[in-house]
Amino acid sequence: MRVFAAANFWRVVRQVVFYVALIAVWQVLYGLAIWKPSLFPSPQDVWRALRSSAESGVLWSSTTASLGRLTIGFTLAFGVGLTVGIACGTMRWIDETVGSLVLGMQSLPSIAWLPLAALWFGLTPTAITFVVLMGSVSAISTSARDGVRTIPPLQRRAAQVFGASRWQMVRHVTLPGMLPSMVRGLKLGWSFSWRSLMAAELIYSTAGLGHLLKAGRDQNDMPLLFAVMGVIVAVGLAIDRLVFGPAEAWVRHRWGLAQA
Amino acid sequence: MLALRSKRDNPPALVMAPSAPLLVMRGVSRRFHTSRHDTMAVRDLDIEINEGEFVCVVGPSGCGKSTLLDLVAGLDHPTKGEILFDGRPLRRPGSERVVVFQDAALYPWLNVRANVEFGLRIKGVRGRERDTIVDRYLELVNLTEFERAFVHELSGGMKQRVQLARALAVEPRMLLMDEPFAALDAQTRDVLQEELQQIWLRTGATILFITHNVREAALLADRVLVMTPGPGRIKAEIAVPLQRPRNPDTHGVVDFAAEIRRELQHDEYAGKASGSGYVI
Repeated sequence: MRVFAAANFWRVVRQVVFYVALIAVWQVLYGLAIWKPSLFPSPQDVWRALRSSAESGVLWSSTTASLGRLTIGFTLAFGVGLTVGIACGTMRWIDETVGSLVLGMQSLPSIAWLPLAALWFGLTPTAITFVVLMGSVSAISTSARDGVRTIPPLQRRAAQVFGASRWQMVRHVTLPGMLPSMVRGLKLGWSFSWRSLMAAELIYSTAGLGHLLKAGRDQNDMPLLFAVMGVIVAVGLAIDRLVFGPAEAWVRHRWGLAQA
Repeated sequence: MLALRSKRDNPPALVMAPSAPLLVMRGVSRRFHTSRHDTMAVRDLDIEINEGEFVCVVGPSGCGKSTLLDLVAGLDHPTKGEILFDGRPLRRPGSERVVVFQDAALYPWLNVRANVEFGLRIKGVRGRERDTIVDRYLELVNLTEFERAFVHELSGGMKQRVQLARALAVEPRMLLMDEPFAALDAQTRDVLQEELQQIWLRTGATILFITHNVREAALLADRVLVMTPGPGRIKAEIAVPLQRPRNPDTHGVVDFAAEIRRELQHDEYAGKASGSGYVI
């Protein structure tokens, strides 16, 4: 445990040193005045833009708007992906038909759904939610399918022997057995939907971080662009580290899988 | 109900009225069709097992032992013949016939206690009743102090004890054991064989035990069925009327093991001579 804590400590130290150095280099480059300040702002400019957008409340309202859409889209993707994935993992003929379609759709960038969504739903939040859904549903259903497939046959037989019904099999064997793969899929799906959301908001939206980026571009506000991009990364990292990281660690520990 | 019946001091044949056997297989065959050829896994099996009996099936790998077990478990169905359990045709798996597998049949996301509970959950036993039963069987297999441990923290022998407790907890009429100790090291196997004898004496379970270890069969069984491959048939039936509990090193057990081995070897030569394979 002690060794682990020490390793953790030095990792944090290295990371802090790296980011401080990065900002220092940035400051030096700015000081050399190679590019116009309107195209390459200083760290202080970005910090000021971040503070003023935070103080005006626009940063907060944009973040919550984005996260709200993400939550709806991602929850839908979770439900659809889980259902499709279990169906594909359990029944061969569904895997050969629907499964191949899902796999094929992975090569389609989710933002390519926006024109279609705009025609179906109009330029509404529903269209954005749809893009978020399409962005992550195939990743989630693919990992759900793989999760079902990797359950050892003997674990199914053991439940069968006790006379488990089809529903009991799903409830007591399939769902818990697929969880490690599912958590990985959700983590991946979440990062896909976050990116899809930003792309969709950038093209059309009246609120959200993507919209704020667009506003920064329209107003030629380079410090704001830097600040918002930083926030998008920070939110993404925070959810990855605070939600999916611990969930994955817990599942790995509980299921007795080797620490990767 | 085989719930910890009082210690058995008479052989079951004397206790049981000569009523119908618990399991009856009549002319049972199972043929597998594949794209390349048909395989007769077992042919014309006639087996009867009485309540409270400990029957071992011995044979080389590929002789159809696992097919036989699947048929009795209800996981598979015969292509010919009939199987009666307690006088009724056997159609599907159920908690009156439970299998202890060779390995990897526990659920890694459940701790020891929850694994033992599993069958009862499926059966719909709840609350205090379930807790009491689980406590009893955890104690029977000496795992009470490990009830919170996870499967990956257990040794191979402990895993098999959990499987045994899980199977016994639903109080099956018949326990099916599919080479349960084959993957264990020799010391652990000795300990578990000893424990299984004790559990059998205490519970009066009816056990169908599959193994390829002749010593194990001589040690545990009332009756040994010797199976031969290509297709699987019962070649010989050897009663083992030794007193219990038995010790694997006593003359009686060693002699019976030798007799079983002779039956097996004899068949091996015969099989080679006639060139019989699995393909029909």
